[in-house]
Amino acid sequence: MRNRYNLAAVLSLVVLICCGGLILNQKVNAAGEGKITGTVKLDGEAPHMKGIDMTKDPFCSKAHATDPAHLETYVVGAGGGLANVVLSIDGWSGSALTSTAVPVFDQKNCMYTPHVLAMDTGQTFKVSTSDQTAHNIHPLPNPMVNVGWNQSQPPGAPPIEKSWKNTEIIPVQCNIHPWMHGWFVVVKGPYATTDGNGSYTIENVPPGSYTVTAWQEAAGTQTQKVTVAAGAAATANFTFKAK
Amino acid sequence: MRTRLQNWTLLLSSAALLMFPLASSAQLTTSDIQTRIGAESHVGNVTGHAKDAAPDYRRYCVGCHGDLGDGNGENAVWMQPPMYQQPRDFQLGVFKCRSTPTGTLPTDQDLYDAITRGFDRTNMPQWNTLSKQERADLVAWVKHFSPRWATEKPGTPITIPPEPEVTPERIKAGRDVFAKVQCWKCHGVQGMANGPSASTLTDDLGRPIAPFNFTDGSRPKCGDTDQDIYRIFMTGLDGTPMPSFADNIKPDEAWDLVFYLRTFMAQKSKEKEMAKQLALKPVDPNAPAGQQ
Repeated sequence: MRNRYNLAAVLSLVVLICCGGLILNQKVNAAGEGKITGTVKLDGEAPHMKGIDMTKDPFCSKAHATDPAHLETYVVGAGGGLANVVLSIDGWSGSALTSTAVPVFDQKNCMYTPHVLAMDTGQTFKVSTSDQTAHNIHPLPNPMVNVGWNQSQPPGAPPIEKSWKNTEIIPVQCNIHPWMHGWFVVVKGPYATTDGNGSYTIENVPPGSYTVTAWQEAAGTQTQKVTVAAGAAATANFTFKAK
Repeated sequence: MRTRLQNWTLLLSSAALLMFPLASSAQLTTSDIQTRIGAESHVGNVTGHAKDAAPDYRRYCVGCHGDLGDGNGENAVWMQPPMYQQPRDFQLGVFKCRSTPTGTLPTDQDLYDAITRGFDRTNMPQWNTLSKQERADLVAWVKHFSPRWATEKPGTPITIPPEPEVTPERIKAGRDVFAKVQCWKCHGVQGMANGPSASTLTDDLGRPIAPFNFTDGSRPKCGDTDQDIYRIFMTGLDGTPMPSFADNIKPDEAWDLVFYLRTFMAQKSKEKEMAKQLALKPVDPNAPAGQQ
């Protein structure tokens, strides 16, 4: 009789340890997540970016009186670093939504800040306006992939919260200010966008082998294979040629 | 020789660029579409069946909207924007005239109303000569072209409160709304479609499009009752530059704006009389936001 109790006790202990182990293991995994980091550069001289004539809207032209606005097809920083490049992982099979951050797409001085906004499928993002002129925010997805919409944001309008169902590179425009053109880049899994110097870091990547995709609005896409070790940073540098 | 080659590449690449916006429109095959032939519509107490609409569609609609419902019927080439709008591409499932919020599918009643009403200043006539059953069948037929109906439900129609009495105060308040949300950016301070942004507008497929001119006697495409006008700016006209103002105009203000817009219109109205007596001036586009 007593033996039987012992057996049950031992069994439950084993189960407990196993469960604990599983839970602990997960934590170990979380701590062991690595990252992918690198720099994206533009080969050769930065293409000339045309100035934007905003005289049609006095608010916009006044905002750029001392700092003329230019197209942002290529934004090149010191040392040829290429900004606004979105890096993501091909065929991501990890957890559905990897970040709880809410990216913000602001309409500021009649330009989109940032020019390129990356996000995960299903991730909530905000569209806000800092301008004292009316905008309409009009993303143009392929209707077969995502559902588009078109909303006004007059001065002082509250931010709009939205999300996209499927991966797609979606152009965004303001019909009132035809020079305003930006991108929503909807990817699956962890992602990063290069800063003004072309550097990026994709955080929270579990150990494993991946294909990293780099997308630039005019220069196209490039891919590279990387292997991420537990708790370490893998490097993937890209060089684009201006088209 | 080299320059000639460069010229060719330039020509080809610019042609490719020009075609890009159109290339994004959908292309489904007959067999894709055929899978949805069981589509139904519910308009009032009438149930429409797509399969019953084929003869009417072939007879009345196919010339413009095309066999595949993509708006590429044989007459479509003769309708060049911005003079004429091209026939709707039903495969995309994007519609201007909805009672539902921007980014949602219209209700069956919305499509039925569009077919019945036709579109002013386009080649789409009124189809009120067809029976109610025939029109309901055509609504189901229109729906069977787009896969969106299989996966999504129509949006919830916006609520339109009862129309209040027109007063001079409401017309003045409507003028303030017109200034605040800056309708004049496209429609012009006198509603003559000559705002600073009017000339550069394009639709979702990159084709030139003009804002509505309130003053030339034409009727709004999505209906000309006060409720229709209310609905137009609150839901937006999807596929066009006209956005939804639902987040920016309160229901009471929306009625004020409807009354103010009526003062621009060529048709005689109570609002027009009142505006004359008020000697209302057009809004000042250069006034700082919130100071008219």
